[in-house]
Amino acid sequence: MEDNIIVKVSGLTKKFGNFTAVDNITFNVKEGEIFGFLGANGAGKTTAMQMLIGLNKQTSGEAFVAGYDIRHESEKIKKNIGYMSQRFSLYEDLKVWENIRLFAGIYGMKDKEIAEKTDQLLSRLDFEDERNTLVKSLPLGWKQKLAFSVAIFHSPKVVFLDEPTGGVDPATRRQFWEMIYQAAEDNITVFATTHYMDEAEYCDRVSIMVDGRIDALDTPTNLKAQFEAKDMDEVFRKLARKATRD
Amino acid sequence: MIEVKNLRKNYHSPKSGKYAGIGTKDNLEKGISLSVPKGEVFGVIGPDGAGKTTLFRILATLLLADSGEARLSKWNVVDDYKEIRKIIGYMPGRFSLYMDMSVEENLEFFATVFDTTIEENYEFIKDIYQQIEPFKKRRAGALSGGMKQKLALSCALIHQPEVLILDEPTTGVDPVSRKEFWDMLSKLKEGGMTILVSTAYMDEATRCDRIALMREGEFIAIDTPANIIADYKQTLWSVKGDNLSSMLADIRDFPQVQTSFAFGDEHHITVDQNLTKSELSNYLSDKGYANVSIDDITPTVEDCFLALTNEEN
Repeated sequence: MEDNIIVKVSGLTKKFGNFTAVDNITFNVKEGEIFGFLGANGAGKTTAMQMLIGLNKQTSGEAFVAGYDIRHESEKIKKNIGYMSQRFSLYEDLKVWENIRLFAGIYGMKDKEIAEKTDQLLSRLDFEDERNTLVKSLPLGWKQKLAFSVAIFHSPKVVFLDEPTGGVDPATRRQFWEMIYQAAEDNITVFATTHYMDEAEYCDRVSIMVDGRIDALDTPTNLKAQFEAKDMDEVFRKLARKATRD
Repeated sequence: MIEVKNLRKNYHSPKSGKYAGIGTKDNLEKGISLSVPKGEVFGVIGPDGAGKTTLFRILATLLLADSGEARLSKWNVVDDYKEIRKIIGYMPGRFSLYMDMSVEENLEFFATVFDTTIEENYEFIKDIYQQIEPFKKRRAGALSGGMKQKLALSCALIHQPEVLILDEPTTGVDPVSRKEFWDMLSKLKEGGMTILVSTAYMDEATRCDRIALMREGEFIAIDTPANIIADYKQTLWSVKGDNLSSMLADIRDFPQVQTSFAFGDEHHITVDQNLTKSELSNYLSDKGYANVSIDDITPTVEDCFLALTNEEN
């Protein structure tokens, strides 16, 4: 594996019966990159992402995440990645510190390290007063920030974000992306899906899936030039129009 | 068609000490009020937790308010809930479909509940239903997001309601399907239907006749999108250039900049009136940024929302 490639996918395919959800996709993600993984509903994003994080078995093709083979090293992959989804990421009935403790423990971190890093994290987020607050009584924007911080607490090589900003207010959505930039500067690779096309602009590179295939992959600037579009929204519309399946 | 007066619903839990509900934040007596005439597309726009669903559930007669009044047509949501249920089509944010039933079975079920049939109303829902009819034997759970949404809308329309109440119909839906959905709503409006719709996507505001911007249980503005934009009082510039992500921090350090937010491939910033573009431009060049361009821009609804929430804080 090349040194700076952190996610390497070749010919990855997933079939459900005679339906090809993910159709022979090939791409690389570089270390420290913010990679936007876009596509219409039903284009195959979730299935592809699930295969990469070990939640779904591929039909054919191969992929390496953080150097590990998805075909037989999915447990090692899970130790080296973080994951945050919009629907579920924190336990609402646990306190802030308990959530951090739980996830850090699952990732095998030592008690001493957890205690130190918890203090650092709460101070950085300005959350010290909320240490003992139940997560369910935090405002949504705070939950999102905490969920992201928990997802990268064990310093994973790659963090997978599945629509991390859905429903969040405009100011918090932007603060969230500033946290993503910070993570990328700390050399954590970010692999994110979103339906906000302005957020696609914040990615180093963007792939767009159509009918299970990756039909475009480049920097936002190059994609806009290639599709003669004024913004990523227009690029997306032009590509998604080619979709034939529902 | 829809009249809401001084409505309040408090979920405040003394234990957590956190605010929740609608109309409870500042003016305990006042609550929230709203009036939507027949045939209007009215959008309630705000983030999760703003109170959109609480408001919609009260109007759909599924939740009782603590105080205040709400009427749909001539009916009161408390006393006449049975009448109201006949005249509204309600599409909740989640769980509106039975995932283990087929497309056709779902539609038939909702028709039966309203004591009618698909055949009787076929013409009315045809435009929307025809797009999913080829898959009518498929389980609802096996449909893509865009198709689920079309089925849910068909189910909400099957009894030819006078008012449509749609709670975040486009959440988690891709930009292309979202646009298609709004095109369908425009068609229904042409047929005279009153539509109350909520969304967290600010860009959908312009598809509504009027909007309420909602935050923490309060309306922070109610008007046409054009008027809300016209009421914007700040000096708003866009800044473009290389290396935008680190530029944002440097822009924030500039004393005469009030707010700065990333907006895709540019930053939107509000500045003191006496600041000139060349002053800012020189500052950014000195910091080493290339290809900087600064322009006056018309605000979007999202800029307005950011400005209104910023004023409050």
